[in-house]
Amino acid sequence: MSAPEELPKLLGDCVHCGFCLPTCPTYVLWGEEMDSPRGRIHLMQQHQRGEPLSPAMVQHFDACLGCMACVTACPSGVQYDRLIELTRAEVEREHPHSAADRALRRAVFGLFPYPRRLRALRGPLRLYQRSGLDKVVRRTGVLERLSPSLAAMERLAPPLGRAPRLPERVSARGGRRATVGMLTGCVQREFFPGVNAATARVLAMEGCDVVIPRNQGCCGALSLHSGREDEARRFARRTIETFENVDVIVVNAAGCGSSMKEYARLLADDPAWAARAEALSARTRDLAEYLVELGPRAPRRPLPVTVAYHDACHLAHAQGVRSQPRALLAGIPELTVREIADPDVCCGSAGTYNLLQPGPAAELGDRKAANVRATGADVLVAANPGCVMQIADALGRQGAPMAVAHTAEILDASLRGLGPDGFRTPLS
Amino acid sequence: MGEALTRLAERFTALLGADSVITDPVRLRTYECDGLTSHRATPGVVVLPGTAEQVAAVVRACVAEGVPYVARGSGTGLSGGALPRTDGVLIVTSRMRRILDIDIPNQRAVVEPGVINLDVTRAVRDQGYHFAPDPSSQQVCSVGGNVAENSGGAHCLKYGFTAHHVLACEVVTPDGEIVELTAGGPGYDLLGVFVGAEGTLGITTRITVRLTRLPETVQTLLAAFDSIESGGAAVSAIIGAGVVPAAVEMMDALSIEAAEAAVRCGYPPGAGAVLIVELDGPGSEVAHQFAEVERLCRAAGAFEVRIAAGDAERALIWRGRRSAFAAVGRISPAYLVQDGVIPRTSLPKVLARIDALSAESGVRVANVFHAGDGNLHPLVLFDDAEPGATERAEEVSGAILDLCIEHGGSITGEHGVGVDKSRYMPRMFTDTDLDTMQMVRCGFDPAGLCNPGKVFPTPRLCGEAPGVRKGVHPLVEQGKADLF
Repeated sequence: MSAPEELPKLLGDCVHCGFCLPTCPTYVLWGEEMDSPRGRIHLMQQHQRGEPLSPAMVQHFDACLGCMACVTACPSGVQYDRLIELTRAEVEREHPHSAADRALRRAVFGLFPYPRRLRALRGPLRLYQRSGLDKVVRRTGVLERLSPSLAAMERLAPPLGRAPRLPERVSARGGRRATVGMLTGCVQREFFPGVNAATARVLAMEGCDVVIPRNQGCCGALSLHSGREDEARRFARRTIETFENVDVIVVNAAGCGSSMKEYARLLADDPAWAARAEALSARTRDLAEYLVELGPRAPRRPLPVTVAYHDACHLAHAQGVRSQPRALLAGIPELTVREIADPDVCCGSAGTYNLLQPGPAAELGDRKAANVRATGADVLVAANPGCVMQIADALGRQGAPMAVAHTAEILDASLRGLGPDGFRTPLS
Repeated sequence: MGEALTRLAERFTALLGADSVITDPVRLRTYECDGLTSHRATPGVVVLPGTAEQVAAVVRACVAEGVPYVARGSGTGLSGGALPRTDGVLIVTSRMRRILDIDIPNQRAVVEPGVINLDVTRAVRDQGYHFAPDPSSQQVCSVGGNVAENSGGAHCLKYGFTAHHVLACEVVTPDGEIVELTAGGPGYDLLGVFVGAEGTLGITTRITVRLTRLPETVQTLLAAFDSIESGGAAVSAIIGAGVVPAAVEMMDALSIEAAEAAVRCGYPPGAGAVLIVELDGPGSEVAHQFAEVERLCRAAGAFEVRIAAGDAERALIWRGRRSAFAAVGRISPAYLVQDGVIPRTSLPKVLARIDALSAESGVRVANVFHAGDGNLHPLVLFDDAEPGATERAEEVSGAILDLCIEHGGSITGEHGVGVDKSRYMPRMFTDTDLDTMQMVRCGFDPAGLCNPGKVFPTPRLCGEAPGVRKGVHPLVEQGKADLF
């Protein structure tokens, strides 16, 4: 269905009950109707009836994090995720952002979806961090004055270590139970290489042959969730080609997994690709989702550590994966899982949101960090690189740095009997 | 925007700051309705005050300009009680959302009006307490809105309505004074008058609520029946046996279908009606009564009885019921939520009449109700894109209210009169009744600026709007009332 037919139908689903309000991060911050999903749908309806896209309207669409908590909360089945995607695409087409904003968006979308460009940045970034220049820059606040977005970008970068390259194939330990493809992601691959290594090891230890195609690129998540649909389709086609030969594609970054599950819809109008896209979406699994489907085989060794599990929006709301990571963590002897208050409310990372809307993103980060601290856990566990960077940054700002880890890293430590020491180093 | 509103907007900006005043037409329009979308009016100005003093200052400024104002919380009301005035100010309490005090030993909490109902319970649950009024919208509706509407919920059969759980309200009166109304003191029970006045007697800015101990045990069952009639018979049998359940809820086949589509609650397939019965209290009492309830359900013809084994299963049973209103959006492009009350014993008769109405008019009606206290929530389904469908639906919806009145019931159980049902008030009350109520209102709001146009069909006193009545009001004529 094309957008002009689809939009009025989708808008008609909203019965204005307001159940989405308390789960919406911007409504939580500002308490204003037009910064709630119900209010934004109302704005979309106004636009649909002929009201032009005004700067005021666009401001409220831009302020949406796309966290999809409202989709979970909605009893009427309103597809807000689709609505905001269509609306963002419309804003991109019809309402040019300011020159500075455009430049920032160009920089973000010209950098993050390209692992090679990110890699080129790693060297200088590492040097910058090790020289201590980063601390000087932060103390002076020069970047904050220049551009809050640049400052956010600088702060969010995690400390970089060595980035080992993964082989193209990792063989199963013990009897082979399955052959799976693995998406390495962009930010995950360049900034959190340890997570990918842990993912590959865990899958192998659970009896999977892991295929890691070298030529894989960006899955298109950032573009798709920002209304840059053509760009997203390009990335999607390439990803489909790369992974067409495996039965299951395991993804360890929530945003990537959610966008790959959306390929079916993204390419539905493209006869050459629709069927291939649908097949790929059907074969995509989040790591935790897949491991629970597969069932545990490798013995878990004790890991005496208390973790707080954070629901990434693109995992919990977009993919409905909530119980699986908790079950995996709870299956580790001597490990305690604590719940974080207001689990449905986004941490403010939301793809590129913390770069494009640094103000509200920081406020949401602070709220999340406070809730994380209140759990008293030793380690924060999350399955999305964006969330990890965002919450670690906020914890650092509050002077309470905390160790962070991906579910894969915790499992890896348990399966290999590494003990908790690996998770003692706070990130930030 | 009129001159008075322009002056007010400037005044509000000076008082509250620019980020608490909305004047942009596109933004204002997002406030044009609450949970009831069939009535819409774009407010002249929206203000988002943060304190009681700010609310009072806003009200005083409105009074000085003679501009009407309306209060709104989360905007979930179903009778249009928070419908704005195009020539007026909308005072939104969504930023007044602090829980100010929790006093467990005295079983009370003090909250601001924008605090979400369920957040009160969330704040005290670990200590073994909850805020008992539980409207189906409890995850989003505000306590201030609960006070205005005297909200009930599934559990008010046993625990009572909001009025029974409010101990005091700080109120900004319609002339902008801040006063404290308390329950149980000597003199007139002004708090009793205020709670449920649908925002026509002032705006509450701080509420002291009663906290209720969580029951020692809760047992929930879901019983499936072939028909509404046998479900209704089970309800009568349960209440007749002297059991006071915490809740007794019934849903008919159409609303089950909707809930199933929305939340996959897994109710028994093929049921013509399901009954949810919840008992709570001391363990031994609940265990004894629960067995009795189960027996009575089966005796009345239940073909399947499911007993929730734990909190997760209980939550699933309730999820279907709680989502029912909004879930109807899945099976119909549009719908009206009706709210009426009948004596419990008339349930089968009235439901048969509703069925007949539906068959005659070709308008589908889904039924969800708090069966224990005879509070019906018929959902009248229609397609708003079809010419004349809305009118037909409204006709059926109105006829259902007539049925309620005919059987000695009421035109609203808990959603309030608001703007939607004011026209039905004369079917329930005489002119003298209505005039007497309006005199109370005049006592609080002589200028008629506080949420005007709600509750009463034709404003007769206080000069709310051009009077429909001709000549002098009989009460004025008799020297019993003054026209302000």
